[in-house]
Amino acid sequence: MMKPNKRKFEEGFFKLLMGVSTILVIGILLLIIGTIVWKSLAVFKLSMILRTPQGGYYLGKEGGILNAIVGSFYLASGATVISIFLSLPIVLYLNLYTKKSSAASLLTRFSFDVLWGVPSIVYGAFGFIIMIFLGLRASLLAGMVTVALLELPIMSRAMDEVVRMVPLELQDASYSLGATKLETALKVVVRQSLPGILTAILLAFGRGIGDAASVLFTAGFSDRIPTSLSQPAATLPLAIFFQLGTPFPEVQERAYASAAILTMIILLISIVSRVLIKRYTKHLVR
Amino acid sequence: MGSKMEFQTHISIKNLNVYYSSEFVLKNINLDIPDKKITVIIGPSGCGKTTLLKSLNRLLDPVNGVRVEGKVFVDRENIYESMTEVTHIRKKMGLLSQRPQVLPMSIYDNVAYGPRIHGNKEKSKLDIIVEHYLKVAGLWDEVKSRLSQPASRLSMGQQQRLCLARGLAVEPEIILGDEPTSALDPQSSQNVERRLIELKTDYTIIVVTHILRQAKRIADYIAFLYLGELVEHGPAQEIFENPRDPRTKAYLTGEIS
Amino acid sequence: MKERRRLRLLKDLLARRVMFLLTAVPGLVVLLMIFGLFQKSRPILAVKSVSDLLFSLSWHPLKGEFGFLPFIMGTLWVTFVALILAVPVSLLTAIYLSEYAPKFIREYTKPVIDLLAGIPSVVYGVWGVLVVVPLVGNRLSPLFGVYSSGYCVLSGGIVLAIMILPTIIHVSQEVFSTVPYEIREASLSLGATRWETTKHVVLRKGLQGIIAAVVLGLSRAFGETMAVLMVVGNVAKVPKSIFDGAYPLPALIANNYGEMLSVPLYDSALLLAALILLFVVLSFNILARYILIKAEKKAE
Repeated sequence: MMKPNKRKFEEGFFKLLMGVSTILVIGILLLIIGTIVWKSLAVFKLSMILRTPQGGYYLGKEGGILNAIVGSFYLASGATVISIFLSLPIVLYLNLYTKKSSAASLLTRFSFDVLWGVPSIVYGAFGFIIMIFLGLRASLLAGMVTVALLELPIMSRAMDEVVRMVPLELQDASYSLGATKLETALKVVVRQSLPGILTAILLAFGRGIGDAASVLFTAGFSDRIPTSLSQPAATLPLAIFFQLGTPFPEVQERAYASAAILTMIILLISIVSRVLIKRYTKHLVR
Repeated sequence: MGSKMEFQTHISIKNLNVYYSSEFVLKNINLDIPDKKITVIIGPSGCGKTTLLKSLNRLLDPVNGVRVEGKVFVDRENIYESMTEVTHIRKKMGLLSQRPQVLPMSIYDNVAYGPRIHGNKEKSKLDIIVEHYLKVAGLWDEVKSRLSQPASRLSMGQQQRLCLARGLAVEPEIILGDEPTSALDPQSSQNVERRLIELKTDYTIIVVTHILRQAKRIADYIAFLYLGELVEHGPAQEIFENPRDPRTKAYLTGEIS
Repeated sequence: MKERRRLRLLKDLLARRVMFLLTAVPGLVVLLMIFGLFQKSRPILAVKSVSDLLFSLSWHPLKGEFGFLPFIMGTLWVTFVALILAVPVSLLTAIYLSEYAPKFIREYTKPVIDLLAGIPSVVYGVWGVLVVVPLVGNRLSPLFGVYSSGYCVLSGGIVLAIMILPTIIHVSQEVFSTVPYEIREASLSLGATRWETTKHVVLRKGLQGIIAAVVLGLSRAFGETMAVLMVVGNVAKVPKSIFDGAYPLPALIANNYGEMLSVPLYDSALLLAALILLFVVLSFNILARYILIKAEKKAE
């Protein structure tokens, strides 16, 4: 009867390891958010989010990161909008107009896979090359285009996953009423997969607003809130990076608060997309 | 019941109730399964036949949301007693599923899997076991020259016989069959049925099927399950010739299916 | 009515054409990216041989020396440490969630993992500076009798490991879910324990998928820039231990874009680095996809 004990022991041992791992993963998340929030509480002042940096901000003087907050929102929104105008038509085309095995479909999906894996610093480098090629300077527009490229595969993949689940019978029902493909696409398919599409957009937005490497070369940085597309724009991730990089501890501490703000924005987006999914799933045709 | 069949009881099911998320799947089942005979559970699909089978080797345990109440005595031991060792019970029962589920390993390793797990690691002993049970399942001649090939390369019928060999290799006392031939061609089905009949001299066999003709061919004892209730049970001949309950009559004549 | 119908059909046709054109965009971007980076790298490739660039240890742009080896080694060191830390934890967690955990635990950990994946790189970097660097510098390195400021390979590896956990966990879970439930039943009904079933059946069947998951995690680790940059020390030498500083390839590109245009050939060198990074990451990704597709085909 020794054997069962050895087997039980092995199972118990691994179950313990598994439990520890899972708790570790959850614990790390809590630790990260907790540390950032806790450290930022000491430093946080309302003026941080309401004011732009006054001269010498990075040397310890007055001001806030309003420039970066607004800059990031402008940039990420613009990038996301550009990305929607690319992703949605492409995904609809792939799912409604082509067969899964057609050359266009395979090539495009393969390209998306490739783009999905490209590190954001390479997007930044590429964006930089384009900028130089077109004679542009580091600006809001250049940043928007670069981040749009970054968001494209993320948004497309997420959208594709939802749109491809729309049942064929539903599409056929629309066609048999005499609708054109375009009408079916916009009025039936999109409506059916709307929660998923919105989630895809939010997901891409969250990625875009948090990324630093892609805007490092392309969006520049500025103490002011940009008033036109050709001006450089400050972004939250870069603001955090620069604040942390100064030799002044008071400024370094501000980095924690900025990081907390960015994390809160991401958390908010995550919660909103979950709520959206729950609410709009009522209208779906099953 | 007035059955003319004398038998020893191998499994005794008492007041078995199975719920899935507060809905009844099996209601108050009381059934004695005869030793070394083929008991066939018949009934329309979705009526709990497979659940009943799985409750016998406690395969319902890992399923989320399932609750089992009642007692199942195997050789006078209640398998649902909290102290009993689940792997020990499962070892007593071999399961033949609807679709052959070969393990992702060679033909040899499939049959040797059970014995290895239960402690038998000597190659010479395992060789004997593998050969013996492949012969019992009627598969030895077809595979003896390619034992190290992946089991997935076999045909469906061969795979099902491999599963039979694998299940027998752990030396169970009871064989459970969940629609064991429904995925097979007629030739392989016949093959499997013949094996089961041969095996009943040494094993108690419980088969679930929705094919009445199959039941007529192999059953010694019948249990009719309808909508989760055990409507009627008894020796096969009695049930087929003289069903008492109107529902049984209706099922046998094909009115309900 | 006829007019209206013609208008609708015209709209449909126009939309179709536009969509078709747009569908060419992703492919174009890929090609442009490779082409663009290559073009920009040509100046330096014309002057220095590939082996010179890849295997030389000296990095002195002002003197015109561009040896990438320290950075390649730096990347390898950090990635290796990250994998050693991340793979066991991810696999164990994925197995637990897929084979053992009750439904509600699975549901509540999914948002946790998604959140870990969504935290921006800079935030990881800040946290790394706050928590990991002091931990490594003040607690861990003395244990080994080494002096370290904490800005080293180990810190980079730890932060990177946490960042690739969600990738490996997610893909592994998906792989496990493709293993049919009945095969687990077959093993259990032979009297195997749950762990034996996992070990001999699920992991065996899913082995290829797990390898793909790890490769994907690896490629993510390679390209990760900001977080690692902030904690790894940025010392342009080949690390001799995990407590030494290092300078991974992405960090090189990120840190020096400012001087890029003022020193001759510097921009070309950095963009060559970007090209190398792109190729390595792409190869890993394609490899992983290939393995996954092969595994799917086998399952049919």
